[in-house]
Amino acid sequence: MDAQVGASTLDAPSETPPRILRLAEHTLEIVCDPGEGAQKCGQIFGQASARMGNGVWTVEIIPAEIQPPARTPAGVSGIRIRIGQGPITNWGDEAHLVVAFNEQVLLGRHELDAFAEDAIILVENSWATDSDERIRAQWAEAMAQLTTRRYRIIEVPMEAECLEVVDAPRRGKNMFVLGMLSWIYQRDLALVRELVAQSFRKKSAEVTEMNHALLDLGYRWADANLDFRFEVPGTPPAKPMLVTNGNQAIALGAIAAGMDLCAMYPITPATSVSHYLGEIFERFGGLVHQAEDEIAAAGVAIGASFAGKVAFTVTSGPGLALKTEFLGLAVMTEVPLVVVDVQRGGPSTGLPTKVEQSDLLAALFAQTGDAPRVVIAPATIEECFNAMITARRIAETFRCVVMVLTDANLATGVQPWWRPELDRRWLADPVDQSPVPEGARPYEWDPATGLSRRFIPGQPGGMYTLTGLAHDERSRVAYTPDVHERGCEMRSRKLAVLQSALKPPPLHGDAEGDLLVVGWGSTKGAIEEAVDRARAEGLRVSSTHLTFLSPLHPGLVELFSRYRKVMTVEINYSDPPDAQYITSENRRRGQLAWLLRATTLVDVDCWTRVPGQPLRPAGIHAAIRDALSQGRSG
Amino acid sequence: MSDCGCSLLVLGQEEDRDYTMDDYAGATPRWCPGCGDHGILTSVQRLLEEEQLAPERTVFVSGIGCSSRFPHYLKTYGFHGLHGRALPVATGVKLHRPDLHVFAVMGDGDCCSIGAGHWIHATRYNMDMVVLLLDNEIYGLTKNQTSPTTPQGHPSNTQPRGSWLPPLNPISTTLGVTNASFVAQTSDWVPAHLYATLQAAYRHRGFSFVRILQRCPQYSTAMFDSYLRDPSKTELLVHERGVDVPEIAGIYPNRRRHDPSDLNAARGLADDTGLARLGVFYRNENNPRYEETRHLPPHSADERLALLAAEFDRHAI
Repeated sequence: MDAQVGASTLDAPSETPPRILRLAEHTLEIVCDPGEGAQKCGQIFGQASARMGNGVWTVEIIPAEIQPPARTPAGVSGIRIRIGQGPITNWGDEAHLVVAFNEQVLLGRHELDAFAEDAIILVENSWATDSDERIRAQWAEAMAQLTTRRYRIIEVPMEAECLEVVDAPRRGKNMFVLGMLSWIYQRDLALVRELVAQSFRKKSAEVTEMNHALLDLGYRWADANLDFRFEVPGTPPAKPMLVTNGNQAIALGAIAAGMDLCAMYPITPATSVSHYLGEIFERFGGLVHQAEDEIAAAGVAIGASFAGKVAFTVTSGPGLALKTEFLGLAVMTEVPLVVVDVQRGGPSTGLPTKVEQSDLLAALFAQTGDAPRVVIAPATIEECFNAMITARRIAETFRCVVMVLTDANLATGVQPWWRPELDRRWLADPVDQSPVPEGARPYEWDPATGLSRRFIPGQPGGMYTLTGLAHDERSRVAYTPDVHERGCEMRSRKLAVLQSALKPPPLHGDAEGDLLVVGWGSTKGAIEEAVDRARAEGLRVSSTHLTFLSPLHPGLVELFSRYRKVMTVEINYSDPPDAQYITSENRRRGQLAWLLRATTLVDVDCWTRVPGQPLRPAGIHAAIRDALSQGRSG
Repeated sequence: MSDCGCSLLVLGQEEDRDYTMDDYAGATPRWCPGCGDHGILTSVQRLLEEEQLAPERTVFVSGIGCSSRFPHYLKTYGFHGLHGRALPVATGVKLHRPDLHVFAVMGDGDCCSIGAGHWIHATRYNMDMVVLLLDNEIYGLTKNQTSPTTPQGHPSNTQPRGSWLPPLNPISTTLGVTNASFVAQTSDWVPAHLYATLQAAYRHRGFSFVRILQRCPQYSTAMFDSYLRDPSKTELLVHERGVDVPEIAGIYPNRRRHDPSDLNAARGLADDTGLARLGVFYRNENNPRYEETRHLPPHSADERLALLAAEFDRHAI
């Protein structure tokens, strides 16, 4: 074996058995040019780890373009996998182990401070001796830059090794890497082989064989050449679990809720909901209708909901903007509807593949006139599933629009979650086609609750014309002051009634203290991890996470009063408080902070960032410390 | 009970009764006196009665504009939605409930301007519904603005020195769309022809697009005056597979035998706008209908849960 292990920096392999490091958790990244298969490799690694009882969180690293130029820092594609002995709820801080298919994508992540100071980096080294002089120069330059850190860089002749099995090694490297990682992390090789076979089940047997050969090759290479292994013990779960990403969980939740129609238009990062549904929905009697545009997708869903079961649409920021008029119509006419917004960076086309939580206020208010809507935000992949069941039920009961806000982090994050015990009460009832009693009106609002019974085409005696114009209980167009006042009041009242059925948000930490961190959506795991670190240092900090954003959970004012300071943590923009021109009056705050200040009159602060990436626990931890020290000095 | 076998439930409940015109009468129309929409409404009510459509299984979807008040004046289910967006809503209704009779009513601003994208795609979906374009060649409700079908040179409040552009031709446009299956033109002032065309449209299985030339007494009467005064400016397209109304033959001397299965001939006739041509330009029952292409057998709750459990197995660890 003529591998150049440790050629650039470090220790040659020794004859002694490898060191085994026992760890509570570990974070690794696999990075490559798009199309080289790091994500598949990482997903299988994550699945194997979950099956072996590890907590797992995986996040895809996705460039915005399908084929950005190869070997560029900006074009980096890949995956981060964080595994632990216990549950893992977020993508962590820095990667401890990195596998890179070329030095340029490695540089891309290095520049984003994605790696720990002492990270171990395994990098393809064929570039060092490439026939193209410019590539050799790039390699040398990159290595010079990378060696300024304390990384342990191990050159791996991946392509050269893979030539043993395949002619075009670029396409097989990912399985070689999977083999390497399986050895390093002591994964059950038989299990990994099974998962590889499963992932290539639609291909020929030869393809699976070849990939198995590459996997074994990587495993053997690591065994022969590496001097370290990691042990992250897992506890096989007590109950059955599922491993999916958030978009798959949305799709499964829609099916479990008994919905039959998803109308959509392709938009990143929401589209994979419809990819998955497109594959399986028809089996359940469900349809994915790819409409001609975002507006039509909303219109088709509303038309379907008007005529039968609650339908849903999935979109992301720019699509939500286009659907606005139709959502106002659904509110005005009380057609039940579920809208999933998989948030990405904005405004405008923004950061199509990157996470952000900046559609909150749009979800609540992007509307002309008063258009109260329910807004819920799942925080985990399991909650994505549950949110669809809840959303469908609320939409139906309250004849309203329910927005489900997820984000790119949940959409592409993969995590094990408890397999739900299916419940037929989740399913929508069959479409009511019974005769409507004589004299019944299509908006017979209960004056206390605003609730009314929906008439569905096909019901004899229920004929009425729904209208987006101001209307009375009979759905007659009326512009008189009392009719419009009453309609607005009844539509608004439903939110208050819904709130009366909600509980205060659950608390993480003590019931009183110096700081309460408030979050929503996919940041929950990172926030709670940061809070735990701060509490371990003796800081009196707790956190709460809001699932209901409209209506808000009850009891917030009382909850906030038990802490000296309240601060939201969000992935959206806020003005830095100490910047020139920024005062406490003109400071534009995070969106949840904005909402909480308006509704509770508490001086809620915020710490927000828009890096296009999930927040790291370390960043939040530092923000917590800052917030508490400011509190003391002030 | 079947989870989504709604059509079966409805069939069981359908009463054996004769519907009269009164059964379809909704609110009193509030269109201007002399508006062509009145006659169109009457023709539609006659059609509903003639075809004995159960009011509760009939849905009229409209957009915004004078014509889109249509559903309010009927006693069926109605959906008076957004400007330009009648067709997506109608698509959703029909896709989810193919058992319902669906009609879409739009004006020229609705269909040919703000909703033009939907018009093209709904034509291509070719779902079984009747689509009425009430084309008065002007914006009426917002008070006299140029529409895409306003004749060139006609002044309006937005183009007071006359419409700058030649008008968009709704018949040619629809005939140009893949999977178009029924394209006809009629007018509000020839009631017998209007009725016969509506009936042919209803009986056609597919997206039956009918452009109805419609007078607006406030803003566009002049555009149609010459057709009313001089019958030689109208040509009837007649065929046993289209419409043929013998009782108006005495009034309109120009009759052209046109086989509606001939798409090229239809396009040629549509493009030549020298005469107002009334009749069926094109008709093809063989085009696929989206709601049938996408039809799925209903599932019971138990079936769904069993399938979901099997799907969970695929993701289980």
